[in-house]
Amino acid sequence: MLKIKDLKAQVEDNQILKGINLEINAGEVHAIMGPNGSGKSTLSSVIAGREDYEVTDGAIDFEGEDLLDLDPEERAHKGIFLSFQYPVEIPGVSVSNFIKTAINESRKSRDEEPMEAREMLAKMREKSALLEMDKSYLSRSLNEGFSGGEKKRNEIFQMAMLEPKLAILDETDSGLDIDALRIVANGVNKLRSKDNAVVVITHYQRLLDYIKPDFVHVLYTGKIVKSGGPELAHELEERGYDWIKAENA
Amino acid sequence: MTDLAQDLLSSFLVAESQLNGSRNLGVVSLRKKAMDRFEKQGFPTTKNEEWKYTNLKPILKRDYRILLKGDDAVSFADIKKYLLSDLDTYKLVFINGKYSSWLSESTHQSFDICTFAAALNKYPDVIGDYLGKAAPEGTTFVDLNTAFADDGAFVRIKRDQTVDKPIEILYLTTDENGPAFAQNRNLIVMEQNAEVQIVERHQNIGTKPNFTNFVSEVFAAVDARMSYYKVQNDTLHASLVDNTHVVQERGSNVHVGTYSFGGKLVRNNLHFYADGENTESHMDGVTIINDGQTVDHHTLVDHREPNCYSRELYKGIYLGNSHGVFNGKVMVRQKAQKTNAFQQNDNILLSERAKVDTKPQLEIFADDVKCSHGCTIGQLDKNALFYLRSRGIPKKEAEGLMTYAFASDALEYVKIPQLEKRLNRVIADKLGINLEFAL
Repeated sequence: MLKIKDLKAQVEDNQILKGINLEINAGEVHAIMGPNGSGKSTLSSVIAGREDYEVTDGAIDFEGEDLLDLDPEERAHKGIFLSFQYPVEIPGVSVSNFIKTAINESRKSRDEEPMEAREMLAKMREKSALLEMDKSYLSRSLNEGFSGGEKKRNEIFQMAMLEPKLAILDETDSGLDIDALRIVANGVNKLRSKDNAVVVITHYQRLLDYIKPDFVHVLYTGKIVKSGGPELAHELEERGYDWIKAENA
Repeated sequence: MTDLAQDLLSSFLVAESQLNGSRNLGVVSLRKKAMDRFEKQGFPTTKNEEWKYTNLKPILKRDYRILLKGDDAVSFADIKKYLLSDLDTYKLVFINGKYSSWLSESTHQSFDICTFAAALNKYPDVIGDYLGKAAPEGTTFVDLNTAFADDGAFVRIKRDQTVDKPIEILYLTTDENGPAFAQNRNLIVMEQNAEVQIVERHQNIGTKPNFTNFVSEVFAAVDARMSYYKVQNDTLHASLVDNTHVVQERGSNVHVGTYSFGGKLVRNNLHFYADGENTESHMDGVTIINDGQTVDHHTLVDHREPNCYSRELYKGIYLGNSHGVFNGKVMVRQKAQKTNAFQQNDNILLSERAKVDTKPQLEIFADDVKCSHGCTIGQLDKNALFYLRSRGIPKKEAEGLMTYAFASDALEYVKIPQLEKRLNRVIADKLGINLEFAL
């Protein structure tokens, strides 16, 4: 599904990704872990198409297509979704209108008719129930005045509505208490299928107790320095990142 | 002295004895003194600090007809689109400054919603008590208006009365006089615990240029409540200097919303005088303008008594080579302890040629107050744009959605749903976005 080859990226002359290689297939869950500043969020932003980052080398191939030529919205239309570490507050735009617009823009890109209002509403009800969100929240301004936990739930709600092929969850666990973490993880698990893939970017093991990865990668100073199975995450939880740093010093 | 000033002086000599209210000695004397002050002072130039950013010269240079004729050829069909047609309202319609009784719906039943001309004759005591008491002497445009104004809206709401439906005040200009210089005057008096909603609009329905110098005086007695909406969506031939002065007594609550989308040059001088404790003064607005347009908001809140609240929120979106000015002055007198004053002016420039001058001014002489002010000038937030795009919303639509959301935020206090809907539609239209998409 996603093939990243020798990806290098910089922001304002500061090289952050120094040759990433990663392959993700449908049905898989990958965890990307690593200490602060290792490039985890940069990698997710580059995949989603943030323009602040300049890709200097390498390629990202998504279902046989070169992703780097596409605008962020075109990537979203292809089925890529990024759950933000810090979701942006947009006053004056309600959650329901926002998600309606997003879904219909995706449909438009595939020459499909807008979704029927009734179908849209039913789907919103179903997915907000899945995330245990109060209905009133659909009419609130997007992320405005939301608590940290509500913002993250809102991200997964959008993911549930948009049904992406590849979902990247960037530090979705940060700022969540244990109940919210369980709800968010449960939401993600319900959406997993053999046709889609999930990338979980996280600092800690605890989210991975709920969303079980097939593969765990360690990102350090802009490179994937170690890959393994779920046991690698446990090892990192026990030993911290110092041994990784020592091995790569 | 400019040619226009000369014309005004000679016109005054001709018109003085023919103006409505010319048998009222108090009014006659008020007019004479005002004209004397105008003669001494003349029109302000950009050397005047208050007019530093807005140059009147090109507007004043033109030949205008000063003593205007009405126009009987205007029908309801011509003006329908400028009214809230889906809502029952009282209507005061003026054409070239003259009252049009056949297009209006006035009343003297429980309250007076009629003309200033009628009030000059009918209520000399009210005129004597209030005329010229809110708008300050010595301000060129106010003085000029005081000298000439003989018609406009007169609204008087007696104690404990709530006006049952909104009042629409419409000032129209036609081609009848060629380029026209119009001067009307509102006098709005709310007695204790009275309540009223007013929607006001100036509109050029012809093709000739016009310049309007308008004064509105508002008196809100104890616990009176008022919502006053100014819709400014005039043509590129029309210029306006609006002088609105509000005096508030204890416990009164007045909101003035100014929605500026049109006109060549629009200057809003909006002054609030908080003369009693526990008053609330709200002023807010949206400005969206494009090529060849200037909108200048000059506001003043004068906190003279303790425990008062003022809130000021102006949003501006500037396209093409448009020019915006915001100058917000908050005065807190020594006596006005526990004042809570909020002021915010946010602007987005959507073109490299657009320009904004913004200047908050706080003068605080009391020591136990809460005053905040801020202004921003910027482009759209990049992070927010990326967020919307990453969800599949194309760049152009994302920008439109964000701009729309930015602007419509200032409509929160509009209490007439039909008006709010209409303003939202104008905003969407000005920004070229599909409203269904935004709502």
